[in-house]
This record gives sequence, C-alpha cells and structure tokens, in this order.
Amino acid sequence: MIIRNRALAAVAVVGAVALTASACGGSKGTGSSSDAAGKSSFNAAVTSIVNPSTKKGGTLQFWANQDVDSLDPTRSYYAFAWDLQRLYARTLLTYPSQPGTAGLQLTPDLASAMPTISNGGKTYTFKLRSGLKFSDGAALTSKDVKYGIERDFAQDVLPGGPVYLQQILDEGQKYPGPYKDTDPNKMGLKSVQTPDPQTIVFNLAAPNSDFEYYLAMGASTPVEQAKDTGANYQKAPLATGPYMIQSYTPNQAIKFVRNPNWDQSTDPVRKALPDAINVTITTNADDLDSRLLAGTADLDIGQVGVQTAAQAKILTNPQLKANTDDAPNGFIRYIAMDTKVAPFNNVHCRKAVEYAANPTDLQTARGGPTAGAIATNMLPPNILGHDNYDPYGLAAGKAQVDKAKQELALCGQPNGFSTTIAARNNKPKEVKTAEALQASLKAVGINLTIDQYDGAQSSSVIGAPSVVHKKGYGLMVFGWGADYPTASGFLSMLVDGRQILADGNNNLSEINDPQINSLIDKAAAETDPKAAAADYTQINHMVMDQALYLPVVYDQALNYRNPRLTNVVFLQALGMIDFASLGTSDGK
Amino acid sequence: MGGRRSLQGEAAAPGQPSAVLLYIVRRLVNVVVMLLVVSMITFGIFFMVPKLTGTDPVYLYVGKNATPAAVEGLRVKLGLDKPLYEQYGLYLKGIVVGRDYSTGTGVEHCPAPCLGLSVQNEDPVWGDLTSDLPITASLAAGASVLWLILGVGTGALSALRKRSIGDRVTMVTALAGVSLPIYFTGLLSIYLFCYTLNWLPDPSYVPLTQDPVGWAQNLILPWITLAFLYAATYARLTRATMLDVLGEDYIRTARAKGLPERIVIGKHAMRSTMTPILTVFGMDLGGLIGGAVLTETVFNLHGLGNAALQGIQKNDLPMIMGVTLFAAFFIVMANLIVDLLYAAVDPRVRLA
Amino acid sequence: MTKSDSAKTEAVIDVSASSSGAPTSFLSVRNLRCHFPTDDGIVKSVDGLSFDLERGKTLGIVGESGSGKSVTSLSIMGLHRNVGKKRGPQISGEIWLDGQELINANPDEVRKLRGQKMAMIFQDPLTAMHPYYTVGQQITEGHRQHNPQVSKKAAREHAIQLLDRVGIPQPDKRVDQHPHEFSGGMRQRAMIAMALANDPSLLIADEPTTALDVTVQAQILDLIRDLQKEFGSSVIIITHDLGVVAELADDILVMYGGKCVEKGPADKIFTEPEHPYTWGLLGSMPRIDRELQDRLIPVKGNPPSLINLPSGCAFHPRCPYVDRTEGRSTTETPLLTNVGENHLAACHMPLEVRQQIFTQEIAPRL
Repeated sequence: MIIRNRALAAVAVVGAVALTASACGGSKGTGSSSDAAGKSSFNAAVTSIVNPSTKKGGTLQFWANQDVDSLDPTRSYYAFAWDLQRLYARTLLTYPSQPGTAGLQLTPDLASAMPTISNGGKTYTFKLRSGLKFSDGAALTSKDVKYGIERDFAQDVLPGGPVYLQQILDEGQKYPGPYKDTDPNKMGLKSVQTPDPQTIVFNLAAPNSDFEYYLAMGASTPVEQAKDTGANYQKAPLATGPYMIQSYTPNQAIKFVRNPNWDQSTDPVRKALPDAINVTITTNADDLDSRLLAGTADLDIGQVGVQTAAQAKILTNPQLKANTDDAPNGFIRYIAMDTKVAPFNNVHCRKAVEYAANPTDLQTARGGPTAGAIATNMLPPNILGHDNYDPYGLAAGKAQVDKAKQELALCGQPNGFSTTIAARNNKPKEVKTAEALQASLKAVGINLTIDQYDGAQSSSVIGAPSVVHKKGYGLMVFGWGADYPTASGFLSMLVDGRQILADGNNNLSEINDPQINSLIDKAAAETDPKAAAADYTQINHMVMDQALYLPVVYDQALNYRNPRLTNVVFLQALGMIDFASLGTSDGK
Repeated sequence: MGGRRSLQGEAAAPGQPSAVLLYIVRRLVNVVVMLLVVSMITFGIFFMVPKLTGTDPVYLYVGKNATPAAVEGLRVKLGLDKPLYEQYGLYLKGIVVGRDYSTGTGVEHCPAPCLGLSVQNEDPVWGDLTSDLPITASLAAGASVLWLILGVGTGALSALRKRSIGDRVTMVTALAGVSLPIYFTGLLSIYLFCYTLNWLPDPSYVPLTQDPVGWAQNLILPWITLAFLYAATYARLTRATMLDVLGEDYIRTARAKGLPERIVIGKHAMRSTMTPILTVFGMDLGGLIGGAVLTETVFNLHGLGNAALQGIQKNDLPMIMGVTLFAAFFIVMANLIVDLLYAAVDPRVRLA
Repeated sequence: MTKSDSAKTEAVIDVSASSSGAPTSFLSVRNLRCHFPTDDGIVKSVDGLSFDLERGKTLGIVGESGSGKSVTSLSIMGLHRNVGKKRGPQISGEIWLDGQELINANPDEVRKLRGQKMAMIFQDPLTAMHPYYTVGQQITEGHRQHNPQVSKKAAREHAIQLLDRVGIPQPDKRVDQHPHEFSGGMRQRAMIAMALANDPSLLIADEPTTALDVTVQAQILDLIRDLQKEFGSSVIIITHDLGVVAELADDILVMYGGKCVEKGPADKIFTEPEHPYTWGLLGSMPRIDRELQDRLIPVKGNPPSLINLPSGCAFHPRCPYVDRTEGRSTTETPLLTNVGENHLAACHMPLEVRQQIFTQEIAPRL
C-alpha cells in the first residue's frame, strides 16, 4: 500500500515538476532565444554547426550530475571527461569540430601535419608545431609527448585510463612506466624516439590502422616531467589547451579560465570563445533538467539524455524540441546467437530469429525511438565503415513470420524449438528486450526461457563460453560501445575468431570464420583509415549474412542545449556535443 | 527503559560528580570498542564477502579495461595484498599515527587520523569528511531546531485539544509528512520558492562563517523539508506521550495543588513528555549527522550523505569505510549524550 | 408508592437537600449528579448525592470501587476535566464550601481554592508525585502558588517544618530528595505534607492507606487524626474499608451504585446499621476483636453496572433479604428515610424487620 502511494507521489512529482518548470522557463531564461530560434532545429547540431559565431566572451555554465572519473587525462575513461579534455589537454592528433562524418577524420593538433608513415606502415614520424607551451609557460617538446605516453605504462600508480598505447608500444620491453624507469631522464620507452625537440618517432611492431586514433586520446597528452605529481597529478593537471583548471572541488565544481600560455596561432581546432567555463556537479538530475530548460544551465555535459519528466515536456513542445539533438552516441544493443549452442549452429535457425523478431517491439523495450533507432547491422552510424545494410528488412520494423518459418524448415525445425536467453538482472531494459523477443518468437514456435543472471558478473557468465554452454544460452542480450570511431576498434572484438576468451569473452557468437579473420588482419595492416573502413563494411556484411547477431538499436540520447550557445556541433567521434567549440551569444 | 530506572527508593544516594566522570570515561571506552566493532564489520563485509563468493575483492574497485598492472597497483594501494588481519591493523595504525602513500613521483603523507585515501581523488578521506561535516551539521542543526519546535508544539497542542478539528488536521498533516518522500516535498519546494516565486536562491551551500544570511537562505528549504518529515514523527510522538502523561496521577496532583493549567502543562506534563522525545531526538540527530542522503541529493548539498552515495557509486572503499565509521561515531556519541541528558532530566536514572 | 412513604421522603429532603440558599454547614453537597457519556451509554457515577460536613468534623465515605466515592471527591475539588463538553462529564447539583458554591463557579476561582482551602491526599503516593521534582519542590510549589509573597527560602523552611511535622526524619535532607528515594509510608507522609502546605480547611483523603502495609496504615491514620485536631480541618476520608474510618470518622456515608444508601453518626453505623449493604460491609471488615475470623463474609456478587443500574433497589440482586419486601425492591427505588437521629437509610424492608434481622442474624456474627 505504501509502495503504491509512493509510486503515486512520484507520478505527482513528475507532474508538478513539469508544471512548475514551464513557469521557470519563461521567467528566468538568459538565452536570447529570438536570435537563435531561426537557426536552431531538432538534430541541427548533428548535421550542421548551430549558431555559428566568432563572438568571444562570457562564461559557459556546464552542469553534470556526476563528477569526472579523473582530470588526469591518463586516468580517465568517462566519455564526457574526454570531451572536457579538449578544453585543456591537447594531443598530437584530434577530431575537428565538424558535424557528421567529417568529425571522424583526425586532424593535426600539436602535430604540425599528419604523420609521415614509413617502414611498411610501422614507423610514424610527427613534427610538432612551434611555439607550444604548457600553462606554466614551459616550452612543450617531443620529450613531454613521450613522457605523457610513458605515464600510460604506470598502471600501478595511474590506473583508470585506456591502455591501447601501452599494449601496442611495449613490444616486449615490459616498460614499467616513468616512475620505475631506470633511465635517469625517464625516457626509457624504446619504441618511441625523440631525435629533436620538435620530432617524435613511433616504431610499431606491426602496422596498425587504429594507431592514430590511440594518439588522439587524452591519455597521450604531453606531461611536463618536472611537474608530474604522480597519483596527485589529477588534482591540478597542467594545461596545453586554451583553458586551464583554476579550481577543482571533487564532486562539486570545476572552474576553467583562459590559459595565458596558449596561442591561437598554434591551434587550428579550437576557437576558445568563452572567457571561462564553470562545471557544476549536482546530485539532482531532475533539477539539472529544469535549470537547462530555464536557461540557467547551458549544457548537461553528461550528455546521456534528459530525465523522463523533461523528455515528455520537450517532445510535446516544438520550441523546446528545436533546441535538442537525439543522435547515436556510438552504442549498439544486440542479441548474440551462439553458434556453439544448438540449434544455432545452423545458420537457418539464426536467420529464423532475425526474421521472427519484431524490431519495433525490441526498440520499445529499449525506450522507444528517442532512446535509439532500429539497428539493421552491427556498425553504428558514427563508426567509419557504417552503411545501411539490412539483409533481414529490420528497418521495416515488423516481424516476418512467413520468412521465419521458411528458415525454420530449412533448419530442420519446422515446428520451432526451445532455447534460453540470458539477460543482465541489473539492466531492466535488457530484461524487457528479452521479454519482447520471447513474445515475438513464440509466434513461430520458438520458445524462450529468460535467465536473469547477476549483471555485475557478466564477464564470467556470458563472457565464459564454458558457462554459456553449460547453461545452454542460445541467445544473450548485450550492448557495446567504441572507445574510438573505427570499425576495427568496434567490431573486431565481437567477431574475431582468435579472440574467443575463456573469461571476459566478447565474441559471444563464438564465430571463428577464416574469411572474417583474414579480413580483420587485412584491415589492421591498412595505413589509410578509409581503406580499413571499407574492409570492415565487408566484414559487417558477412556478420549479418551469417546472422551472428540480431541488432536491436543504435543508442541515442535526447540532449538539450541552451539556445544562447553558439557553434554547437555534435561530435560523432565522442557521440556528444563538442565542448571545445561552444561560445555564448550574449557574451555573459 | 525500565531496566535502567531504579525504583527502589530510600537506599538511593545522589550521584557523586566523580561517579558521573567515571561513568563518562567508561562510556567513552565503550564508544571506542563500538567503533572498533563497526570498523571490523565494515572491513569484513568489504573484504570477506567477495572472498566467500569467490571473487577477488580488488575487482570491485578497478575500472573498465583494467590491466594486470593496474589491478596489482590498486591491490597494493588498498593493502589487499596483505593478510586480512594485517590490512585491518594497518588501517587502525593509520587512524592513530597516519600513513604514507606512494604517488609514483613521491610520497603523500596522510596525517592521523588517516582513514585512507579516497580512490576517487587520492585525497585523505578524513579531510574530505571533515570538510563535508559542516554542511551536514548545518543541515541537521537547523532542521532539528525547526522540527523540535514544530513537532513538539503541534503535538502538545493536539494532545490538549484531543479530537478537536485542529487535532485532526494536525495529525493528518503529520501523517502526510511521514508518508511523503523527500523527493516530493523537496522538489516541490524548490520549484515553488526558487523558481515560481523567486523568493530564495537555488540551494547551494554557503559557509556560516562566510555569510550567515546566505547560509540560512540557502538552507531554509532543506531545513523545512527535512523538518517536515521529522516534525510529523515528533508531533505524533509528542501527542501520544502527552496524552499518556496527562492521564498520570501526578498531573491530577498538580491540579489539586491549584496550579494554573499553563504550569500543569508547560512544566509538569512537558517535562515528562520531553524525556522519551529526547531519546529519539538524540538518535535522529546522530543518524542525521551521519548523512541525510536524500535531502542532500535533492538540494545539491555535498555533505556526508552525498559523500557516502558517491563512495558507493564509485566503489570507493576507503570513503565508504570512512563515512560508516564517521556516522557510527556520531550515533554512539549521540547515544552517550542522550543517556547523560536522560540522567539529568530523570532523577530516577542512575549512571551505572 | 404509598402516601406515607412520600411524606417520609419529603421529611428527609428537608433535612439535607432542600433550600437553594447558602447552608449553614461548612461543606454542603446537594443532589450531586456526575454523569459520564461513553460509547456504551451514560455512566451515572454519582446520581443524587447529598451530605453535610461541619467544620472540624470527619466524614467517612465508604463503598466498593465504582460506587462513586472518588468521583464525588473529584467533584468537590473541581478536578473533573472537560466538564459540560460534548464528551466530558455532566455535573449538576450544588456544592457549597464555606458559603461559596463551586459547581457553577468560575473554574479559576475554584482553582484558587484548590490546594489552599481544600486539599487532597491520593491513594498511591508513588504515582501521585511527580518523579522528576524533589519532594521539597513539590511542597513549596503549591505553597508559593497561593502565597506568591513567600520567598523561596521561606517556602523551603516551611516545607522542612511540614516534613518534620508529618514525621519524616532528617527533613532538611529529605526535602531535596526525589519521591523514588522515599519508602511507601514516607511518600504518603510527604503527600500529606504537600496537602497541608496551605493549612486547608477541608482535607480529602482518597483511600490514603490502601497502597500501604498494614502497620504503616495505622501510623498514617493516626497522623491524619492528630493533624486534624491540630489544624482543625474538616476531613473526608474515602475508603472501601469501614475499618479505616472506624476510629476516625464522626459521620459515615455508605455509597452504593452512585447513591447514598445509609448515612449517620459513626457509632450508629457500627452498632445499629440499617441497610443490608452496610451489614455486608461490616461483615467483610477484618477486626482485631472479632472472635471468629473464619466467619468473615464478603458481600456476594459484583458491583452493579453504572450504565444500566438494576431496577428498583440497585442492591437487590446481591441482597439476601430481597424476598422480604414483597417484590418492591425489584421495582421501586427505595428513598433515604430517617431511621434515627441524623441517621438515614434507603431500604424497603420495614424498620422492625431490619432491626430483627440485624440483632438476630447479623450482630452475632460480627
């Protein structure tokens, strides 16, 4: 009884919030919506630059309902923290502030040009721009870039960040990181050379088409060795970008001010429009939304979408909706079919599932069209190599019972079969997805038993093939997101037959296809990311043709931007608004 | 309650000051023992439970894509590489004499009382907690004053006007206060007072020493919200206790002496009514200083409750341990103070 | 009802409860009714009670629990709450104290009399004293309430004197102790001291010894008697035990079912009781001089419901002689009738029959 009352109360809150928030929006807004109204529209930032401007000044009011994992770029893995790093931490290469796929193509940042690649794709040589400085005024040299990369190796002291560079650059040296480096200058990593202060050379053991993308991560940002405070560096990291951290109160606020030692002439990527940027961390997500709609907050930098109360308000108000974007953030939700669990060893039984599933119902289970578009294949739109390949007509959003029955007959199971579908118990949407699929498949005689397992243990449950076989999981609901926007970084883990691990396995279909494997190798050897992307388009088609995965949705998040923001760009590489390009129209 | 009252009568001697002092010392020793037990249990939960389920506890604390080196680094940092008793010993030692932690480039000293370093930001947990404490203490202090006045006042009036319309309205309001979640009352009050009426600033904490008016302005809504919740309980408790007390023979005696009602109620009845309320109040206040998670969340106050929440969300073991011990400390101290006050209020209670 | 009966009735009323003017007695209760509305019906705790008490005299009111004796005392003291309110007691009749009527008086006027002109001693001294205040505080409080000019120090001295007077050793130390530090008898002495703080003219003692040991009982009763002589107060002692008032009371009033069934001088009540209920009380009274203790006979049956009193004589369901009234007991309410000088009883049995029964059947057993 009490629970029901509380549920009612919660509904009442939503209603009350919706009512009162509307009153605030009109009275307190600081945004000059009259200027912006003509230019802004729903999803405008995804395809164009909203409110282009070069007007400087003002303070950006960023809000978040959780703190960054770390301000030390070496130790950070949160997507919005990576986006924030674009304000203060520059890297050799970075993503340009461009909408659409243009924003996926790397551009020189600290480097004066794209690298010279030699030695059969194994040697990358970068020249730094001249006049680069740290925020303390010290000149920035190639040694600082190398030192910054060496820090990635000190995982014992600086855990938390991506380790791609460590994995690819160690080359058997077992380099322990600069803190345990026996070299007096702490320059002991052999695979990286700094022949002069402007030049840095990387020698890879094998070609790797993703290498440049690793260098675009904050974890490769230069660090001045004399100012490195190890584990404490995250409290006050030096800046190389246009802004530096003035103050940081964990879980409460970050204040950025202009970095006097940053020179616009050395930085073609950033416009550095606002004078200051405040990040306020609140504990109340609903309150954050009302501040956004009231215009007292500029952006929710978490970028994971507004809460349900605000969403309902936005979607029913065209004026509010015009200030939102709802674009794929790089996550795909899917249902894996295990080729080692009968009858999914037969491709026709897998295809039967593809056809019998109702994509609209599955999308609804994930939260409807706002939460994600129906996925037709395994590469999301913000990954290079994506196309609209749809061999099973999933985009139509309807179950195709006849085709499913044909496939069942070909599979030798004309009357259907029974199997188990695994879903993480701590992910309600995955459980709902399993229930939606259960309902659709019943129409063709495929009976699903839903097994909700401890979601925190997923790497040792569905990530352990032996457990999967024992439990008879024919189907597994899961999700996957990329750290960087190449197909190799995204898809290879899911389909590389040599990556089937005993524990922590991500190739849930357990596919080991020589053709796919060799294409993966071919793509890795490409030096041109576009060529690698083309290889993966092919791999993606093969994966779909073999019906290894039933794609569900490409995740989206409905995010609101204050109409006073200028230069708003949805950066596909990070799946969110680019924080570094923003300015204010009112100069406040 | 009955157990600690001595009703034997003439044999009782008035408490000697030295006896009271001895009692306090003994209780303080108990507090230390209690905190040791709490720390052991907390320690046990976080280290033993993963072991029982066959998981390496360090994996609870490592992030995405943790490398073996990162896992080992964290293991050493959290002391998980040592036997459990040694880990616990080191923890206690840190509290007494402080600890040193390697930062890679140097050594960071965590001064006593060192509750470890927060996994989130490498800061000593003690410092984080003591900087959060004024916020929670401000919240608790203001709210408790409000709810005592409101709750006891309305409860007493209700008892005196039993079955009147005022009594019924008060009790229904009190029931609503107990039933409505902080999320409802809190959010509603923010939207009403901060947005619609523009009477108050959006809540955020301003230190009392910096700007007393701003401090109160920013805290008034959380105070009222929290006070509403507790005042309801206190009104009901006061009403029930007061009705019991009003039925006592000694109240009739007071009237038989010809005392006016304001003395009969305000002095004789109130003093007896306040005793059980004092007990509950001490516990509530102690618990509240341990953190008012919901209120702090709704009003964006970064107090101890928020620290606990963040600690749990980020698997920050030293922070969780710290908050737990901190909260336990305040609860047992509140318990002690309540017992002392109880003895001061009720002469039948002897400190023994 | 016969004509002669009603004539007798009028005579009775003339004696005790007629004129509307101020009576000459110090305390005069006339036709007191005290009815409590409850969910089950109206509880008629006191229903038409009248009596007088002269200055310096002692009246014993005797009856079982529920007979209305305590309600009577609370009515005199004005201690009923919510009088006249919807769910409160309905009180009617007159109570005259030293020429002042109390029932219709301003409650604040009555309050000023409480603790000063009239005071009360309660049954259980442990619960009747506030556990958190010292005995001294509780004595001086009432004293200073009515004598605000008295200094704290003087009030304390007065309290010590009172404690000394009621026989508490080391009164200067005891004055600062709390009730729980006193024994039961000591507490009752302190309670008496509290009641005497303002030298009241009327002292009501409600079962003053019931909660005490037998040996202490006698001491307390002696104390009350001594104090009465010393202070010259009028005293009402309320008890269920006739023995308590045997040596103390000048007059005795026996209550049953909210009404007076017999009243008269104490010696008459003990030697020539005229009501079967009084006989029962006498029979159930433990007496040191009684020869045959095994013949101690309690009154059979239970006290009557005050909501639905038995018809006729309320005592008839328990009366062994109900067959001697030709059925009148079950239909007619007997009226208080003069049976001797200042001696009244309410019984349908003819006087001669009663006297015969008492001398032949009852007296030998006592």
